[in-house]
Amino acid sequence: MLNFTIRRLLFTIPTLLLISLIIFLLLDLAPNDPTGNLPLTIPAEVREQIRKALGLGDPIYVRYYRWLVQFFVNEPLNLLGEWTHSCIGDCENRLRVTSWATRSPVVDLIAERMPQTLWVVGLSYVVGILIAVPIGVYSAYRQYSWFDQLGTFISMIGFSVPTFFTGVLMIVIFSVQLRWFPSIYDTTLRVTDWSSLGAQIRQMAMPVFVLALYNAAQISRFMRASMLDNLNQDYVRTARAKGLNERVVVLVHVLRNSLIPVVTVIALGVPQVFGGAIITEQVFKVNGLGQLLIIGIQGADIPLVQTLTFIFAVLIVLFNLIADILYGILDPRIRYD
Amino acid sequence: MKMKSILLGAAAALALAPMAQAGRGDSGHLNIIYWQAVSILNPFLSGGTKDVEASSLIIEPLARYDEKGNMVPWLAKEIPSVKNGGVSKDLKSITWHIKPGIKWSDGSALTAKDAVFTANYCMAPDGGCAQKANFADVAKVEAIDDLTVKVTFSKPKPFPYGPFVGAQSPIIQAAQFKNCVGAKAPSCTEQNFHPVGTGPFVVDQFRANDVVTMKANPNYRDPNKPSFASLTFKGGGDAAAAARSVLETGEFDYAWNLQVDPTILKQMAAAGKGEVISAFGTSVERLMVNFTNPDPKLGDKRSTVEGGPHPFLSDPAVRKALSLAIDRQTISDVGYGSAGKPTCNVLPAPAIYASTANDSCLVQDIAKANKILDTAGWKRGSDGIRAKNGVRLSILYQTSTNAVRQDTQALIKQWWSEIGVETELKNIDAAVFFGGDQSSPDTFQKFFADIEMYTNNFNGTDPEAYMGSWTCKQIPSPANNWLGDNMPRYCNPAYDKLSSEMAGTADINERAKLAKAMNDMLMQDGAMIPLVHRGSVSARSKTLMGVKMNAWDSEMWNAADWYRAK
Repeated sequence: MLNFTIRRLLFTIPTLLLISLIIFLLLDLAPNDPTGNLPLTIPAEVREQIRKALGLGDPIYVRYYRWLVQFFVNEPLNLLGEWTHSCIGDCENRLRVTSWATRSPVVDLIAERMPQTLWVVGLSYVVGILIAVPIGVYSAYRQYSWFDQLGTFISMIGFSVPTFFTGVLMIVIFSVQLRWFPSIYDTTLRVTDWSSLGAQIRQMAMPVFVLALYNAAQISRFMRASMLDNLNQDYVRTARAKGLNERVVVLVHVLRNSLIPVVTVIALGVPQVFGGAIITEQVFKVNGLGQLLIIGIQGADIPLVQTLTFIFAVLIVLFNLIADILYGILDPRIRYD
Repeated sequence: MKMKSILLGAAAALALAPMAQAGRGDSGHLNIIYWQAVSILNPFLSGGTKDVEASSLIIEPLARYDEKGNMVPWLAKEIPSVKNGGVSKDLKSITWHIKPGIKWSDGSALTAKDAVFTANYCMAPDGGCAQKANFADVAKVEAIDDLTVKVTFSKPKPFPYGPFVGAQSPIIQAAQFKNCVGAKAPSCTEQNFHPVGTGPFVVDQFRANDVVTMKANPNYRDPNKPSFASLTFKGGGDAAAAARSVLETGEFDYAWNLQVDPTILKQMAAAGKGEVISAFGTSVERLMVNFTNPDPKLGDKRSTVEGGPHPFLSDPAVRKALSLAIDRQTISDVGYGSAGKPTCNVLPAPAIYASTANDSCLVQDIAKANKILDTAGWKRGSDGIRAKNGVRLSILYQTSTNAVRQDTQALIKQWWSEIGVETELKNIDAAVFFGGDQSSPDTFQKFFADIEMYTNNFNGTDPEAYMGSWTCKQIPSPANNWLGDNMPRYCNPAYDKLSSEMAGTADINERAKLAKAMNDMLMQDGAMIPLVHRGSVSARSKTLMGVKMNAWDSEMWNAADWYRAK
């Protein structure tokens, strides 16, 4: 297992380098211009100078090499320096990956937004799992009952109605009509006492619910299918024949075994949490990573988009590995060596 | 009855009295939403409207434009002119006197050195200053004494109010930015996010692409202003959501740039929490007519003067008929509501420059358009499309992707079909269409189409540079990397002559006459087909008072005077 992990980790290095090159080329070849969204009153010669100042005049391999150095050498050095409160090497003049729109280090922008994304999108993932697992288990246990039908119906809705529709619908009902929740997320709110905690819960309620519905719909279907596979297995009949009560049969024997594929699905879904929920964050004005990405794309802020997508790629590769390892731990029959 | 009105009057006077004497910070907190989030608070490094307007709460120019487009002294004592001796007789220099006693928010004094520094900062090579156009033809900027700045130009400037006028050209503090000149400009994150200013507010917290919180500047020159103690400048989302937050839920007090379907905006306003406000500047939505041939067969000569004239748009009768077939009022009503009025000019404002010579285009006349084409020899074929000598009237009509523009395209296509013109519609993502990517065939400069539609305008109130866009030397071509503003590829020596005449004329009335003549020449030659004079639309909460919506400067220009109705 350890051998396998090390081998896989080493293999991720060329994979990630290749991914970073592909992302860079895709972004570079796409017709896009960081000065495209500026007012037309700014003349063309000035735009040309802005592009030059951003480094767009250099050939593509120079820019790619610069990004590689900035991301893999300068950023970690900077991070190390910050942790140890010291200056490593030429820390004053070290070039970090800098966003074109804000002219500030991309990594700082990401760090600033990570908490909101983890809170809102992460919480919705947890809530989604907590809803999905019981629903999936009971739906499978009472297959074709009214509960199963209702669960199927709700998860179909959750899965097929897009979040930009449910989000706006909820704003119209709960913010405009009932006035229970704010329609715009206040990102400057600090939780210091009970009333600010209340405000934080109120403003998180709608985005978390919308996303949780979507996540729960997906996971509950996996859970149900996996339970159904196991419920008809011989070992279940054996367990019942031993005289175990239904509770133990379903919740201990069947659930444990059914969770194996579901855990893999959940692990593979974690990078999406970091990726943020682009549409939902935009609808509720949550300043998460998804919103950062969409603003970067709209403004052709290539260093920002490049770095964010690359970080997502790293997470996806990493969580694939974690899912594989988890699978081996949960299911002793599976061995990679 | 009389008693009642006296009492009411007294009550009103009592209610108003404390407001008039209100002190700094009395109105509490102000919530502003710009659905495009602020990226940076240094307008010299951004140029985006949202960034310029947010920074205008903090840093200020020497003079700015009021809501009627008049120049008003801001940090300067008065507007320099030839009459008061501020502008030299040869029109080659302008001298500004700064108001004494103005302090930066850190307590130090504003001096002429800050203005000199600002000019050098923006004019530094490698800095990529987005507002460099304001410093065009500046030879040097010097401090005569602590409160006097002299700007010298390399040639006579009849309108010398480029540097230090308007929200695009504010003054930044020399002490703060001294290590940020030229190539170092982008690395000064702290300075760019927290500029020290003379304006009514100072930055408290800045989160790029999200939100800015500000509080009242303790050193602001008027001790009773601003009335708001703090403000939140939120970004993100979309125009409809921003409108909703002011008009329906009342969470915000001011929302900017509400390009939303007019009927939806009206429904939202019916909730009664806020009011939709608009102001008209110089923006005109227009059709650009390609005078050159965009035929792909021409290869590198496509849409260039060398490629030859357009097969049918070079015929004045066709251009005239295309314009006559359009019902501008309908386009304005459907797409723009209170933010639009039909226009026949590319230069619709300020009032002294607005021509009335072309107003006949306001009335749609399909019959007359058909007659013009008949007379010119364009005969309808079996498919109803007109043709002459084997050339069919078939138009490729491109614009940027935007719901209102696609509605306009559909309407125009319908009207043109009624005069026997076939139209193919195309829309291109705005970042590509307006971007300068040399490798993309879809930019508005390359104009690989017969007609294209977009809006343009100019900063401030002087149209000289703007009207210069349609001179021969401004024609985009591969030789100048397609950098040029003359999209129609219009070239008329008489027009160029008027343009150079305007560059040497100082008298405002003479300049107005020349600008009108140039506008009329462009309109009568059909180089452009203007459609709608566009205003900007914002919304304010009914409790937010003192807002004077301004299309000539930042909408935040008088935020120091804003207050909350009690």
